[in-house]
Amino acid sequence: MNSEEKQYTTLNLGPTHPATHGIFQNVLTIDGEKIVDTEQTIGYIHRAFEKIAEHRPYYQITTLTDRMNYCSAPINNIGWHMTVEKLLGVKTNKRINYMRIILMELARITDHLICNSIIGVDSGALTGFVYVFQERERVYEIYEEVSGARLTTNMGRIGGFERDFTPTAIRKIKEFLERMPKVLKEFEKLLLRNRIFMDRTIGVGPISAEKAINYGFAGPNLRAAGVDFDVRIMNPYSSYEDFEFEIPLGSNGDTYDRFCVRQEEVWQSLNIIRNALDNIPEGRHYVDVPEFYLPPKEDVYSKMEALIWHFKIVMGEIDIPKKEVYHSVEGANGELGFYLVSDGGRTPYRLHFRRPCFVYYQALPEMIRGGVLSDAILTMSSMNVIAGELDG
Amino acid sequence: MKDSEITECLKKQFSDDIFEVDISSDMLTVTVAHPVIHEIIRFLKEDPFLNFMFLTTLCGIHYPDRGLPLGVIYHLHNFYENKRIRIKTFLSLNNPKIATVTDLFATANWMERETYDFYGIIFEGHPNLKRILNVDYLDYFPMRKEYPLEDPTREDKDDRYFGR
Repeated sequence: MNSEEKQYTTLNLGPTHPATHGIFQNVLTIDGEKIVDTEQTIGYIHRAFEKIAEHRPYYQITTLTDRMNYCSAPINNIGWHMTVEKLLGVKTNKRINYMRIILMELARITDHLICNSIIGVDSGALTGFVYVFQERERVYEIYEEVSGARLTTNMGRIGGFERDFTPTAIRKIKEFLERMPKVLKEFEKLLLRNRIFMDRTIGVGPISAEKAINYGFAGPNLRAAGVDFDVRIMNPYSSYEDFEFEIPLGSNGDTYDRFCVRQEEVWQSLNIIRNALDNIPEGRHYVDVPEFYLPPKEDVYSKMEALIWHFKIVMGEIDIPKKEVYHSVEGANGELGFYLVSDGGRTPYRLHFRRPCFVYYQALPEMIRGGVLSDAILTMSSMNVIAGELDG
Repeated sequence: MKDSEITECLKKQFSDDIFEVDISSDMLTVTVAHPVIHEIIRFLKEDPFLNFMFLTTLCGIHYPDRGLPLGVIYHLHNFYENKRIRIKTFLSLNNPKIATVTDLFATANWMERETYDFYGIIFEGHPNLKRILNVDYLDYFPMRKEYPLEDPTREDKDDRYFGR
């Protein structure tokens, strides 16, 4: 072999590499430290949710959505409920909407906290991660109080919630709102203007606005590139139009911008939760749709009508309109879409999830090409690739 | 931008290839002939009035009882006007070939691979059309309706009353 000829090294990053924070593989071709190219292999935890969904009644699909972006399961759950409500033409009242907003914003906060603190970890700063994880734990306690579960929450029902916020839940949310700003400030003090952190992240893994749109980016990653697209504003759902909040934007679309956008979104989410909690209207925590909302268990045992509805709902003998809907919510990673085709049967005829991670992760080779390996790790963690959402 | 204006634009350009326009759905839904899909998507993207610059999602569908059983469904989004549109096109089972849109939208790359993986729809001109989520040696397309979810030879489960 000609000694002048260049030789590249092939390096396997993953599937079970601690820095990928999930199971997916990157086969890197590197020239010394420089990345020449990468080939991604995904699908290690593919669970065929779209196929399973074609065999399950609507209310049983909620548990599948939990397991997509498991860092912010309530957004997935509630997004799915709203999709079904859109199909059925069910309108929820303001109390339900506000309760949903509170939970969805809590989920957004936890998701962003994980992502941002992991960027810290991957750049060598473990401390911030430990600080905010304690607060994430408190949010999980709120989930537990509301739905009984912590990670895969299966939160809410088609047509509302299974129970109202308990006084304990409200107390816990209030406590969280009080404590969180202090912790967040402390976290920002550690990283936001930290010289080492800035040197490691500014200009790393940048993507331009045009390319980001072309690659189907959405959510914080798109906004970091400077495009003000947010589903909460563009297609308000669940009464988001009642709230005033800012959409933070970046300019370079690099790792630092993504970090800052997420950080600012946490502040905005805290404001939204505070407003929603202060202005939450009176009302019932479910709407009157006996065809889709399970009756209380006491009634099932004592009233004939409730028993019939209970049976019909569980067995899926409810008439469902024959049509198709696309509904999207602003997930923590961007536009989380549900394309639902119903043929009137007890299960969806076709259900397609627009999983934001799956859409934008394919831009990684372009973002890390020419950079060094340690920057690639940071870029990957700042894109917030969640394996569950990636593989569906 | 009104639905009727979009429809008019499309009809002027592709009169015979527009099969059906449905405005009763949650967004404008247009069913088109599959040979012109690339031109239609390009027209929707590059026409200065229409300007659908964002490919939200692309997925397949299977209707085994229809003449053209395999479908590809595109959801496009115009950010300026905040307008969404759904484009559908149907293919035969024997020759499920359709032009790729990866040259227009980089994001279509994995979406088309996913659709190929699950429905066996071949996107001609795709730079790297191979399976993405399933294993490479899988010899069928699992989202097609004839493939059962579970092993049909199982005897310990009776799903007669539960499920399709």
